[in-house]
Amino acid sequence: MRRRRALWFWVFVGPFAAGLALFTYVPLLWSVGLSFFDAHNTVTPTDFVGLDNYTAMLKDGAFTGSLRTFLVFTAFIVPVTFALSLALALMVNRVRRAQAFFRSVFFLPAACSYVVAALIWKMSIFNGVRFGLANTLLGLFGTDSVAWLSTTHPPWYWLVIVTVRLWLQAGFYMILFLAGLQRIDPVLYEAAAVDGARPGWTVLRHITLPQLRATSVAVLLLLVINAFQAFDEFYNLLSDARGYPPYARPPLVYLYYTALGQGQNLGLGSAGAVILALIIAIVTVGQARWLRLGKSGEE
Amino acid sequence: MTISRRTLLGAGAGIGVGVVSGCGSNTGRGGGGLGGTRLAQWYHQYGEPGTEQAVKRYAAAYTKARVTVQWRPGNYDQQTAAALLTDSGPDVFEVNGPSLDQIQGGQVEDLTALLDGVEDDFNPAVLAPKTYQGKVYGIPQTVDTQMLYYRKSMLRDAGVEPPQTLDELVDSAQKLTGNKVKGLFLGNDGGAGVLGGTPLYAAGLRLVTEDGKAGFDDPAAARALGKLRELYARKALLLGAPTDWSDPSAFLQGLTAMQWSGLWALPQVQKELGDDFGVLPFPKDGPAGKPTVPVGAYGAAVSARSKDKAAAKAYVKWLWVERTDYQEDFALGYGFHIPARISLAKKAGKLRTGAAADAVRFATEHGYAQPLLWTPASQTAYQDALSRIIKDGANPESELRGVVRKVSAELDRVKHTS
Repeated sequence: MRRRRALWFWVFVGPFAAGLALFTYVPLLWSVGLSFFDAHNTVTPTDFVGLDNYTAMLKDGAFTGSLRTFLVFTAFIVPVTFALSLALALMVNRVRRAQAFFRSVFFLPAACSYVVAALIWKMSIFNGVRFGLANTLLGLFGTDSVAWLSTTHPPWYWLVIVTVRLWLQAGFYMILFLAGLQRIDPVLYEAAAVDGARPGWTVLRHITLPQLRATSVAVLLLLVINAFQAFDEFYNLLSDARGYPPYARPPLVYLYYTALGQGQNLGLGSAGAVILALIIAIVTVGQARWLRLGKSGEE
Repeated sequence: MTISRRTLLGAGAGIGVGVVSGCGSNTGRGGGGLGGTRLAQWYHQYGEPGTEQAVKRYAAAYTKARVTVQWRPGNYDQQTAAALLTDSGPDVFEVNGPSLDQIQGGQVEDLTALLDGVEDDFNPAVLAPKTYQGKVYGIPQTVDTQMLYYRKSMLRDAGVEPPQTLDELVDSAQKLTGNKVKGLFLGNDGGAGVLGGTPLYAAGLRLVTEDGKAGFDDPAAARALGKLRELYARKALLLGAPTDWSDPSAFLQGLTAMQWSGLWALPQVQKELGDDFGVLPFPKDGPAGKPTVPVGAYGAAVSARSKDKAAAKAYVKWLWVERTDYQEDFALGYGFHIPARISLAKKAGKLRTGAAADAVRFATEHGYAQPLLWTPASQTAYQDALSRIIKDGANPESELRGVVRKVSAELDRVKHTS
């Protein structure tokens, strides 16, 4: 019986495990190996260069600049998405009728492709000429058109990048918060009411938010990791056939150009990918420890 | 009918084997077919209707091998670069290069012998960047160039003459700028991407010197790039157009009085504006300057991983050296390009009059091609600096100093590799 169960386990899990190994772990280990070689236009290099690729990448102003871009992006996107999705969840949770409808409406953008959303934002809403939607609205107030994606002073491109991601992501995190909210025991609210706590900020601060702690920690971790992995909307909003501006180039876009673009410097790109993976791992572990992920509330 | 678990597993395995064997089976290689030889040929997706059918027709007309054409949309350069690392890539492929790293990495075949006796008939400006240490690695197919389109009526109404110097371009663009129209469109990034080395050549400089050094370590470079910043700072540039510089829509819709775009846009501009437009090269700057246009050419290359390199080379020779009728048809039958063969360009009726004739003259007299030694890393460093100069008002001299350091390091690297 046990052998048969083991057999079925491998029948169902085996193909996926093999796929995972073949298409994820082998390339990952190969990439780590490549990072120690001079690998221009080859994945089977012969010139071992030790840590040269790592030092070159860490000295590269464009790469460190891309990390700064990521920090700015994270500073915007994480708290704003967190607050917006929590607010949406609180609102939807209070709706007595058609809750499923509102839940679906806010969640639907999560089903939209980043590429499609980015192109709509770029070409229809935030194009820089007078007939773009945003500029048409500004025109009603007598304001000049703004070249949203081309202006660095002030950096309007952040508004475009942040809003498209907010639109795409907030609904997904709202669902997570909603699930958390619906797990809170109503008795707690009743007890608070009996104790004289007024509905609103007091209850939110002393009952709801502490009860959502586990969900909040998970959402924060996901938001930071997703911010590190930002690529699609940046690339589709800002790249053209001739390249990409340096002012909004997150690490993945830079590594894409280094390793897979015309540069084809797979050794240097791999070193950058390893550095980025290490940074993500360190930040995630640090964040998890700081937020005491996995510790029960009583400890 | 009941299906046993054994039958189900057997059927599943059969389907699996079928799927696996089906995947990747159409590589365009292997035996069979005409002369037992099959070749896979890749092209990037051209925008002009009819081009795909044309190249498939040329391939079908070749009798010594069965040629399968793949028409590939998307990031073609990245696709070919990745495919050249594998055995499932093309035998023959169109390339905007090949790059120096591809040549030094032994990824493309030496095609010098294919040009025996006709080398002088190929436009030297575009053959040079495909030549490394005396060997040719790509056969130029068509020549493309970029130029400045201007709307005659708009310039006339504003009392502006077509600009002959960079200073005049800055002044004209400002005079032509109004509430609804901008003076000049150099792309949504203010020109950082498309202009590349053009302003440097217009100032009498170059990207890489004959002896392999950075060619813009000169105050004239900072002065020319500073004028691009002036265009941006004076709000004379159109930014944020729905389409970018390569598409003439912004110019045709009257959003800008002048636009930097490609030769390929000429038929569309002509159709929409009749004779209410003219073309110019990028204007000269400074006493040593000269009018300039960039020229480039997609070329046909043979992958070093091709299983039948001799057949692939024979096909390239047949199509891009011998069949001049196909070459002319490819250049002028669908889109608008200059044939890479000088003799074909001279006799092409469509290129003899009006703006087309001007464009051919610009390409011949003022054309420069990006040198082979100008690597993607150098290009990125320069383009980033140009973006910071134009949009952020960064100091051109200090920015260029940083680029010269990076370019010098790259030039040392590629010389060391060779």
